Amino acid sequence: MKIYLKNARVVDLTGRLDGLFNIMIVDGRIQEIGTALGGNPVNYEINLQGKFVVPGLFDMHTHLREPGQEYKEDIASGIAAAANGGFTGIAAMPNTDPVVDSADVVKYVLDRARQSGLVDLHQIAAITESRKGERLSEMKDLAEAGAIAFSDDGSAVTNSQVMRRALEYSSMLNKVIIQHCEDPELTRSGSANESAETIRYGLKTQHRLAEELILARDLKLVEAFGGKYHATHISTSESVEVITDAKRRGLPITCDVTPHHLFLDDSILSSYDSDYKVNPPLRTKHDCEALVEGLKSGVIDAIASDHAPHAIHEKEVEFDAAPFGMIGLETTVGAVMTKLYHEQKMDIHKIASLLCANPRRILGLPIPVFELGAKAELTIIDPDCEWTVNPNEFKSKSRNTGFKGWRFKGSAVGIINDEKFFFSDRLR
Amino acid sequence: MEPTKYSWWRKMAQGIRNLLGLRELTPDEILEILDTARSFREVLERPIKKVPTLQGTTVVNLFFESSTRTRISFELAERRLSADVVNFAASGSSVSKGETLKDTARNIEAMKTDVTVIRHPSTGAPHFLSRLLKSPVINAGDGINEHPTQGLLDMFTIREKFGGLKGLNVCIVGDITHSRVARSNIFGLTKSGANVAVCGPRTLIPDYLPQLGVKVFYDIDAAIQWADILNVLRIQMEREAGGDFPSIREYRLYWGINRTRLERSKKPVVIMHPGPINRGVELDADIADGETSLILDQVTNGVAVRMAVLFLTGVKPS
Repeated sequence: MKIYLKNARVVDLTGRLDGLFNIMIVDGRIQEIGTALGGNPVNYEINLQGKFVVPGLFDMHTHLREPGQEYKEDIASGIAAAANGGFTGIAAMPNTDPVVDSADVVKYVLDRARQSGLVDLHQIAAITESRKGERLSEMKDLAEAGAIAFSDDGSAVTNSQVMRRALEYSSMLNKVIIQHCEDPELTRSGSANESAETIRYGLKTQHRLAEELILARDLKLVEAFGGKYHATHISTSESVEVITDAKRRGLPITCDVTPHHLFLDDSILSSYDSDYKVNPPLRTKHDCEALVEGLKSGVIDAIASDHAPHAIHEKEVEFDAAPFGMIGLETTVGAVMTKLYHEQKMDIHKIASLLCANPRRILGLPIPVFELGAKAELTIIDPDCEWTVNPNEFKSKSRNTGFKGWRFKGSAVGIINDEKFFFSDRLR
Repeated sequence: MEPTKYSWWRKMAQGIRNLLGLRELTPDEILEILDTARSFREVLERPIKKVPTLQGTTVVNLFFESSTRTRISFELAERRLSADVVNFAASGSSVSKGETLKDTARNIEAMKTDVTVIRHPSTGAPHFLSRLLKSPVINAGDGINEHPTQGLLDMFTIREKFGGLKGLNVCIVGDITHSRVARSNIFGLTKSGANVAVCGPRTLIPDYLPQLGVKVFYDIDAAIQWADILNVLRIQMEREAGGDFPSIREYRLYWGINRTRLERSKKPVVIMHPGPINRGVELDADIADGETSLILDQVTNGVAVRMAVLFLTGVKPS
């Protein structure tokens, strides 16, 4: 199988390549990169004039719902959605049914993912048994089975002693602990951010401090006991400040942010549409700005979708009754290109770092490179492709996106991952 | 991309209006309802308290929460407008079999009903319903958000008593955080030029409430000095257990409205309460039944206000 990519603007994070190149891929390997190639017959010849070729994007926070809730999403549909969204690799959270807290479940998921193949699926295992926050899961056994990180995502590990032990134990394995920062006593039944905006809507609210409290405590624990620590889906300006400060002090910590916390704020809740019900809740416009600044300054390391599929019948209910979460695999690149690349004029290399290199580095995974003989793992991004988000066109089984109806400029239009590839209808 | 705005006027193209909340109404729209209610109030004084306005229309009262006053008030309003009335209570219905709100409402509408009145424990349920149904939706109380007809009847009552709303000092006393009555009153009164304050323990008043143009008192005596009208809310006993304030005893001691407190005020203060009253907790019996109390006027006016709202939905028989 030969794929010939012509006139691609190669985004090489090592800095060796810069400019327009032709890339010849043979049987999943990069055979040639140059300015004047070709001549030989190929299976696919694609002119990528005006498009970026970046190292394969990676989403470090997804929920694929298999095993247990396959009606929302399953590994096959999740992988199809990831490919359609431009990701060659994803990491799945362990809050499935059963919870991924035993080696058997890890093996099951990884085995199922291999059958799909197109996108590399990595499994994150639970920090504690059944995600109850009480007893450590069998972390070493889970790591041996292939788990790349640990998280009780959906809830925080609130017990300080358990968190201490988790950091210490995982440091032996050189695996990162990913914390969902939320003090559940403070959030209780609240489903919206407590703010000057939401006071108008009469929703049950939760205070922003719930995030910072757990985060600040965790940073103290990391300082005292070591370990690799990552705060996922941070959402407040105070979290950005706390992490800025901790990084200044040299703590080995990282964090990510979701596109919906970057680009949607709590004023959108005036419609009581449960697609906007997420956890942490959408914050204020001021927080959105602080998060964008956090990306620019490098304090925030990665963008992750927190792809959280829920069936239509689960979301088409009263706001209070709806589950938290929105999907994001198929809108992340569009949102990032529209808001960061075009509006904020963020450099494409920076965007590739946030969506490819940094998440992989955090998880200890190799970063795809454009080198002769290397595995071909790349994403094609058309920065000028304009499209309207229509959830009915998603490959995901679910439709719950807060970006429905948005007009985006920029889209992932295809991926190549080893011998497998996917080209979107938007590739033209 | 702007999120869709749902307003009273949303279905104007079809000549149909919803009443979702006073937040969504303009001052003029509020006045229109209050003025209309005045003529229906006169109907209630007639020997035959019935007009043919909604003859041939079917109104469904969808009550997902227990209610005595509001349900009877709506039903009387509907019957006095000659509408056909169907009552639905969540208990013992398809809801207890797991039917969703969407299915319940659309199935009932499929039987060709013309207007839906909904009381629901979840904020935004009427807004959700208004997107699913073709016919008008009237909010009879949603979660901790709004109880617009209560807000309107309170405003109507004040207006009748004082001849207007502008410049009056209205203080709402009690659990503001969990009160849809408080919120509808705040939206309606501030839009109509009244000065609004709230009073209660800090733990029962949202931090961001001043954003709504509201003054905050923690001291009931200071609030009484300020107010022309005290709208006293029911203290829900379960809040005590929830840790939102120390005890009913302490609440009664420091925020309960009694004769001693009121007599300290230099000017007379009018007392209102949306009911049901916890006598001896937030309001003493002699005050509730006293000459400054408008509580029963509120109840009577409630029927007139709901008749006005039903009339203004512009509903046509299907």
